[in-house]
Amino acid sequence: MTRARLEQTFARLAEARRAALVAFLTTGDPSVAESADAARALLRGGVDILELGVPFSDPTADGPTIAEASARAIQRGGSLRATLGVAQALRAEFEAPIVLFTYYNPILAFGEQAFVEAAAAAGVDAVLIVDLPPEEGAGLRAALAQAELCVVPLLTPVSDSARECAALQGARGFVYYVSVTGVTGSAAQAPGAEHESSDMLSHHAAAGRAARALAERSGLPVVVGFGIDSVAKARAVVEAGASGVVVGSQLVRLIAEEPHAAAREAKLSAWARELRAVLSYPD
Amino acid sequence: MGESASEPNVSEANESTGRVDSTNDEATSADPRPGYFGAFGGRFVAETLVPALEELTRATHDLVSSSDFQAELSALLRDYVGRPTPLSPARRLARVIDPRGCHLSELWLKREDLCHTGAHKINNALGQVLLAKKLGKQRVIAETGAGQHGVATATACAALGLPCEVFMGALDVERQAPNVLRMQLLGATVTPVESGSRTLKDAMNEALRRWVTHVRTTHYCVGSAAGPHPYPSLVAELQRVIGDEARAALMERGAPPDAVVACIGGGSNAIGVFRAFLDDAEVALYGVEAAGEGLTARHAATLTLGQVGVLHGARSKVLMDADGQILEAHSISAGLDYPGVGPEHAALQASGRATYLAATDAEALAAALEVARSEGIIIALETAHAFAKLREIAAREAARRGRPVSLLVCVSGRGDKDLVTYQAAGLGAPPREDPVRSAVDQEAP
Ligand SMILES: Cc1ncc(COP(=O)(O)O)c(C=O)c1O
Repeated sequence: MTRARLEQTFARLAEARRAALVAFLTTGDPSVAESADAARALLRGGVDILELGVPFSDPTADGPTIAEASARAIQRGGSLRATLGVAQALRAEFEAPIVLFTYYNPILAFGEQAFVEAAAAAGVDAVLIVDLPPEEGAGLRAALAQAELCVVPLLTPVSDSARECAALQGARGFVYYVSVTGVTGSAAQAPGAEHESSDMLSHHAAAGRAARALAERSGLPVVVGFGIDSVAKARAVVEAGASGVVVGSQLVRLIAEEPHAAAREAKLSAWARELRAVLSYPD
Repeated sequence: MGESASEPNVSEANESTGRVDSTNDEATSADPRPGYFGAFGGRFVAETLVPALEELTRATHDLVSSSDFQAELSALLRDYVGRPTPLSPARRLARVIDPRGCHLSELWLKREDLCHTGAHKINNALGQVLLAKKLGKQRVIAETGAGQHGVATATACAALGLPCEVFMGALDVERQAPNVLRMQLLGATVTPVESGSRTLKDAMNEALRRWVTHVRTTHYCVGSAAGPHPYPSLVAELQRVIGDEARAALMERGAPPDAVVACIGGGSNAIGVFRAFLDDAEVALYGVEAAGEGLTARHAATLTLGQVGVLHGARSKVLMDADGQILEAHSISAGLDYPGVGPEHAALQASGRATYLAATDAEALAAALEVARSEGIIIALETAHAFAKLREIAAREAARRGRPVSLLVCVSGRGDKDLVTYQAAGLGAPPREDPVRSAVDQEAP
């Protein structure tokens, strides 16, 4: 499984001429059980890949939406261990690839080898470690590779070809292209940009083109994330040729703003169905 | 710099933690990797920051070591900061600490409190802001705890003509109000940080977030010898002027001290004074961190009680729970109220080259009073932690060497910013007698 599951997912999507819908949520917000149910709702709505965010006390790569969710999640029992538990429960019910989105310190505290074994046993397919650039964590990378777990590399608008080579070394599964220099939830900094302005959309189209070029160079699917919070932005990214879009802060906000579990889950499923329907590539 | 400073003493480094397994790949590699001090250091940051850190690393190598840069910085340190700072003998304090002179023969104070802006922080801030200018950066951001680094950065930016924004935990904004005003007067924007413990750790989180967002045009002026490579090396190199001056002055008088003592927040004043003595094998190095309300209560004793972890871009000792969540530190002194520490100190502790002790809030307050009354120097609360352990250090070293010893203490800063805290703790009460007289009287047989 694991790597195979991701490869099969992208192969199936390519055949269907559709980009991947990748959904992120913070595990433990508003509670561990409710975040698992939120994930179920997203998967039932047709999300292709699920990213489970591991709450961390000092999330320096996250904007306020996810940072605050992370703080709430820790209060409600969220942790790497709890996230692995959620992954395991979801794996018994769904086939979609599951990516753990985490900072490095929770893994270090868990024990690297113990983490790799637990993640593989839980049916996790890949890990994305935000603060572990390719020069760090050689031992962890080797152990993950041995367990057939993918490490998702991150590339950004400031990555030059040397950084790209370093990041893509041994990369499997897919690549994450960060659309802005910024934290999660950042809007593109088009000068004087307002919501949905054409500047903003052209920024996302540029990110989509960068992702497509990167996919051609790397031979791996490239998804685009950070700041995608509308159908128009998602479409702009996909029309420009990205292999998928990641939506995070928007979902975390939706989850935080709807206190009733049933209504929350209905909204999440509906959101996934709607967005998924518009992610086909133009002919 | 990182390379030459790295120490490949690694097996000890890992024994300090039973819980971190299978992480020995870095630790056991024979040749130390750039940015590592033994098993500690590195660059654990979002990919977006890596190119900026690479640029800064190159600049650290090429620029900071160039004679032009050094000449420009030296002139600023002399003409603007007031360097070299004095080395003061503290004879009366020595008698208060050790009335009969059994343990302590000489006590020397390296007077960073007399630097412009009142603390050692200006040495680093001027160097980094000068570097930022050379790199063509358009603005400077910084984090601050006690406000001393914020004031230093705001000062350097005003003097060199760059806009400055300082992130400061909301709690620290309250307890270090005079420094907030200073920064604002100097033209800096002070941004209070409301997240987490509302202290230094959170200010650094927010500065990192701002940096990621404006990374092409902004220099992040890190205030201590912590953070991702190359900051620990860069800051240590910019602060080593403290130790270099002190060592030269003492050698002129004949001999290096038996031991060097400094307080530890992130570790910049300590590493600045330690670096000059690292090769003097007979000189003992002591760092003193904050034990807060006590080591079994709320504290900031990262080296004493922390575990190996990653915080703010470096692998070092950190205070964290079993899930890897960083714990809130506590110290009465905002500048030591930090659950991490610079990686070079973790390596020096692991190798046994330096020893780290911890002083409580109460011990620091008592020491601040002692120094004020015996020497006429109002020291910063941070600095007071170093003074609080002088009795213990003198006794230890004297026992080890079988003779009274000489100590060098880094007076990292002055206490103007702490007057409110000192007043609240009742330190302003009138003295009953001369501290030296009463100490000597008490000890007299
Ligand atoms: C006077 C003074 N000393 C010491 C420190 C602690 O920092 P470091 O350990 O980096 O020297 C501070 C920090 O604000 C300070 O203001």
